[in-house]
Amino acid sequence: MWDYTKKVMDHFLNPRNVGEIENADAVAEVGNITCGDALKLFLKLDKDGRICDAKFKTFGCASAIASSSALTELVKGMTLDEAAKVTNKDIVKLLGQLPEEKMHCSVMGMEALQAAIADYKARHGEAYEKAEEDPEDHEGRIVCKCFGVTDTKIRRVARENNLHTAEQVTQYTKAGGACGTCLDQIQEILDGLWKEHRTDGDAPAAGKTDDFNSLSVVQKVIKVQSVIDREIRPQLEHDGGDIELVDIQGTQAIVRLKGHCASCMAAKVTLKNLVEAKLREFVSDSITVVEAK
Amino acid sequence: MEKIIYLDNNATTAVAPEVFEAMRPFLTDLYGNPSSIHTFGGQVAAHVETARDQLAALLGAQSSELIFTSCGTESDNAAIYSALSLCPKRRKVVMSCMEHPAVLALGKELERRGYAVSHIPVDSKGRLDMECAREMIDAETAVVSVMWANNEIGNLYPVQELGELAHSRGALFHTDAVQAVGKVRINLADLPIDMLSLSGHKLHAPKGVGALYVKRGVRFRPFIVGGHQERGRRAGTENVAGIVALGKAAELANANIGTEQTRVKAMRDKLEQGLLRLPATRLNGDPEHRLPNTSNISFEYIEGESILMLLDMHGICASSGSACTTGSLEPSHVLRAMGVPYTAAHGAIRFSFSRYNTEEEVDFVLEQLPPVIARLREISPYWKG
Repeated sequence: MWDYTKKVMDHFLNPRNVGEIENADAVAEVGNITCGDALKLFLKLDKDGRICDAKFKTFGCASAIASSSALTELVKGMTLDEAAKVTNKDIVKLLGQLPEEKMHCSVMGMEALQAAIADYKARHGEAYEKAEEDPEDHEGRIVCKCFGVTDTKIRRVARENNLHTAEQVTQYTKAGGACGTCLDQIQEILDGLWKEHRTDGDAPAAGKTDDFNSLSVVQKVIKVQSVIDREIRPQLEHDGGDIELVDIQGTQAIVRLKGHCASCMAAKVTLKNLVEAKLREFVSDSITVVEAK
Repeated sequence: MEKIIYLDNNATTAVAPEVFEAMRPFLTDLYGNPSSIHTFGGQVAAHVETARDQLAALLGAQSSELIFTSCGTESDNAAIYSALSLCPKRRKVVMSCMEHPAVLALGKELERRGYAVSHIPVDSKGRLDMECAREMIDAETAVVSVMWANNEIGNLYPVQELGELAHSRGALFHTDAVQAVGKVRINLADLPIDMLSLSGHKLHAPKGVGALYVKRGVRFRPFIVGGHQERGRRAGTENVAGIVALGKAAELANANIGTEQTRVKAMRDKLEQGLLRLPATRLNGDPEHRLPNTSNISFEYIEGESILMLLDMHGICASSGSACTTGSLEPSHVLRAMGVPYTAAHGAIRFSFSRYNTEEEVDFVLEQLPPVIARLREISPYWKG
């Protein structure tokens, strides 16, 4: 049983903009029946170049239908340049939330939109510049043979959604979700990607900041989480323990120790000497750590 | 929630009211441990033995051949591990490709431990390739494990022939009969079956109790080791209430087994015939040899989870072989093994009945389901209706 939000159920039960547009200015079809979901998107532009109508047809589960419906609502009124900036996260945001295992439905929506924009540009003899930012899918190397997912797509979706594990990549792109033989390769791609990012120094996940408290909660969580994943968890796991970030309030990180650490007499020492020390070293000197009640 | 139309009895069943009444005292007053010396505890042991007799009667087995366990999965694991440990020189297991994960995943684990595992393939109706089975089952084979009935499509498998085949090569034969017990007549006294697994919650007993049949004369090594319960063959204090419930459920199943082939089958057939009249539908499985309560129908060009969720809005419970319902990304291994095309596999819905269903419920589903299918096809890019 999936825990779908009311919004998802509403878009599934009362999907907006179902159908086809005759003489559409752009059409795109992504996914296929073998994979279990597919989306056909139609766009109509007005004389100012804004999307005045969007319609869809979708084969798939409730979240695929809801994501498609949300997408059409989202893009109406946008110019193609604006639409090109829409990501799967915008679709998820409109729907409130999607189960992690269903994130690929929102990614399918984004891909259909990008393919439709490319179709429009191709019809008008323009190069699709936005897609050129990443040398896209067509050129990538197929990593997941079962679902035909390329390394470029994995990198793009991982970067966009801050994915660090192969399991997350499966949830967002389906890659690795059938025979599973490419999971190690996916992890290598992720390790490479985030290593690059760390040395970049400007990525939100990396680098120490003097002004931690002025960051948005999301930015704080990304920073703290990445240090937990990279510097803290491996040490705890070594002792049969684990840690999870519960919340961040101001400069206070609230965490929960798990496994052996949860019952360990030295838990307080661990919090101060390991967790807080590492977060101060890699994130900000102002951070304090407390244990969740 | 409003009225529930429960057509998912292969997933689990309602606890029969008589079963609940039978087990109730063992959750309240009669909480003693059957192993105790005092009368208060010791008297409970007699009820465990009555349950064993009731279950034996349903199976055509002797009471001493039955071991109570916690579930079908435990029984499957216990049977196969026992066979392997008692026959260390044989390093091969043969099973069908249609097995429940309780056996299939165990096969994967055994492969990791160095055993050879062969899977008997099936044809497009899910029937076993017996030629292939004859080749696979050889002098290296320690145990053959093939389900009696498939949970997704209901196919019945030739357990007698398979048992004889296994024995002819000196191998043991185990069958996962979780879906068959209570739905088809079983007489183990006449069958070359060494071990059989069953689960209480598939026949109107509660979850958490199962049993393993081990034929008299077949050696058995316990899977769970500890105390002397179940004559040293399954340690752990007995789930007395569950065991009593399973006994009562077996007695009821025995009394009602005739209705499975008549009333239950008639309801299933009515629903099936009605639904197959819709365009672009297909029946999955072997129409000739299958459980009387199960129907697996594909609605092409639409996806199973969407169908189930719209049925759920009407209180109708069924299940699907589609990928999306489980969070896995591929449709069920059963449908793929049969080569059901993807256009149909993603939209496969299983309806499974019990004696508690009514014909009015069938009529209600026949009324509610066609518009659901039409509505989803309206949204589907593949439907060119």
